[in-house]
Amino acid sequence: MGSALDKDQGAGNDVPMPHDHRDHPHDRLPSDPALRVRALETVLTQKGLIDPAALDEIIDTYENRIGPRNGARVVARAWRDPDFCAALLDDATAVVSGMGYYGRQGEHMVAVQNTDETHNMVVCTLCSCYPWPLLGIPPTWYKSDAYRARAVREPRKVLADFGVTLPEGTAVRVWDSTAEVRYLVVPQRPEGTDGMSEEQLMALVTRDSMIGTGLAVSP
Amino acid sequence: MTRPHDMGGRFGDGPVIPEQEGEVFHADWHARALAVTLACGAFGKWNIDVSRHARECLAPTDYARFSYYEKWIAGLADLLADTGLVSPEELAGGPVTKSPDADRALKPDAVAGVLAAGGPADRASDIAPTFAPGDAVVTRRIASNIMVDGGHTRLPSYAAGAHGRIVRYHGTHILPDSSAHRLGDAAEPLYAVAFPASELWAHPEHPRDEVVLDLWQSYLKAAP
Repeated sequence: MGSALDKDQGAGNDVPMPHDHRDHPHDRLPSDPALRVRALETVLTQKGLIDPAALDEIIDTYENRIGPRNGARVVARAWRDPDFCAALLDDATAVVSGMGYYGRQGEHMVAVQNTDETHNMVVCTLCSCYPWPLLGIPPTWYKSDAYRARAVREPRKVLADFGVTLPEGTAVRVWDSTAEVRYLVVPQRPEGTDGMSEEQLMALVTRDSMIGTGLAVSP
Repeated sequence: MTRPHDMGGRFGDGPVIPEQEGEVFHADWHARALAVTLACGAFGKWNIDVSRHARECLAPTDYARFSYYEKWIAGLADLLADTGLVSPEELAGGPVTKSPDADRALKPDAVAGVLAAGGPADRASDIAPTFAPGDAVVTRRIASNIMVDGGHTRLPSYAAGAHGRIVRYHGTHILPDSSAHRLGDAAEPLYAVAFPASELWAHPEHPRDEVVLDLWQSYLKAAP
């Protein structure tokens, strides 16, 4: 993740290239993380570089307005409407943008569909890339060393940590998000859900089922 | 071998601990760390590749012991000092002077627009795609930035020198290996490339398992 205006290359050539610091500037902040953040916020506020009310607005956005219920609506609609599902699999960015789900960390979306043959699972081994407009801020486990290290090598053992066992014949396809493309898993629709409304189906679509570490809930 | 962030496939990390949906931040300072980072990013002094590389340049001991948002804050502090937005003395608690960039600080009513605008990474490029879905390719043998020694790259070491096949073309995207070092967008074709698990791991879990990575054209060669 990076700056909020990542589309630009940033400042001109007078800015030094990133490099290895012998003396890391961050070491000058307090070592306790809560105090460290407080100290940084205080300095930035005194310099006039941040407006604490803007920080409150950012936090409110990700606590209350953007989260996995967005993705659940996309999945529920895909389950109910084959044309919508086909369009989603063809060009997810256009389709979810049309539902108002676009923005930071969701600029290039791809949807991948689970079948009896293939179970999809998403990870970012190099950092923690995640489709924010559809799923919100990633859970702690998604950002953990254990998930980043293990998901690509032993996805079934990771699924076991979530209590999920796949049928013998199902292959796993793990998507390592190494670029700015963000992946949404469309889980399999549970049996016994014919005739359910979009809202009813949404309740069956868990966050983890859209990352591929879970399955949709049976009613 | 590159840097401590490149951990795909590593052994020894223990279980993954699931958590309930709904709790977004586990401490107030996590939320503040995220918000401060996003608000500072709005100055446009760095791009996403520069900020990723700043975190990757943390000392391996720090990278291993810092929690997620501690890495963000450390990377941010280093970027603020590098770009002159804040001086090292100010970070250390010394006297603080008003910034000449203060009038450009992110305002509450601009937040929604900034977050909704995002930062698309696709760019026009003169480089034509040389691969198509189904083509067999092999990745660079060494997962390193070829322009900058120790520089940023998005080819994980576990997928270096591996044989795979193109499964999707994403269009032309900014090349992080260049962008992270402020050497320009250098956009080029980007593909999703599928690798059989047996190509990456000595003991794959299942004969049909695959790992798919998004890789730039310059990371790839046609497989013989």
